[in-house]
Amino acid sequence: MPRLAGVDIPEKKKILYSLQYIHGIGPKVAADVLKKCGIDPDRRAHTLDDQELSSIATLIDESLVVEGALRRQVQQDVQRLKDTKSYRGERHRKGLPVRGQRTRTNARTRKGRKKTVAGKKGVKG
Amino acid sequence: MSRSLKKGPYVDEKLFHKVEKMQSTGRRTPIKTWRRACTIVPEFVGITFQVHNGKSFTDVFVTEDMVGHKLGEFSHTRIFRGHTNKKEGIEGGEGAVAEGG
Repeated sequence: MPRLAGVDIPEKKKILYSLQYIHGIGPKVAADVLKKCGIDPDRRAHTLDDQELSSIATLIDESLVVEGALRRQVQQDVQRLKDTKSYRGERHRKGLPVRGQRTRTNARTRKGRKKTVAGKKGVKG
Repeated sequence: MSRSLKKGPYVDEKLFHKVEKMQSTGRRTPIKTWRRACTIVPEFVGITFQVHNGKSFTDVFVTEDMVGHKLGEFSHTRIFRGHTNKKEGIEGGEGAVAEGG
């Protein structure tokens, strides 16, 4: 079983897609990595030999921020917004959409499940 | 959509001159301003601005972390005092509607 960037163990899939199981690597970056390493993206992950794997591993190590480090970085960025009392920080704190979306309806991803308010017009059940 | 790099950041010229003057004289008085759209550049660090929010001036002490943001981001324009509590009959009043788009 191949192992890259810490705990990630993607397997039988094509290497282009198994790489995307790493947090911080999407379609674009996966394709870029494989191109730089000179590996055919259509090959299955388990067909790669140790040398090819290590070339991917070093590339990720050197040039990318992934997994825990990326999560920490995002966390810090949000914390910075909160600490500076910026509008965006305030939105993060309140759990509301940050980028100016409407909140009269929708915005359920940020607000979580509906909390029905009794007596409010237009709310059924 | 972010601003074109070709143009560089928007920094209000008058405000920038004011800041420069203050930095050279070393005097540190708050600057009153309506220029909410002005980007905060490194020269602004350590200065207190009073940024208008449409009604009053909010004190904004610029720290290093704020560089690259706009002055208006730190002077909120809406007050949200919570929604009306029907049961207890406490009026949230107009403030309850203040959270808009």
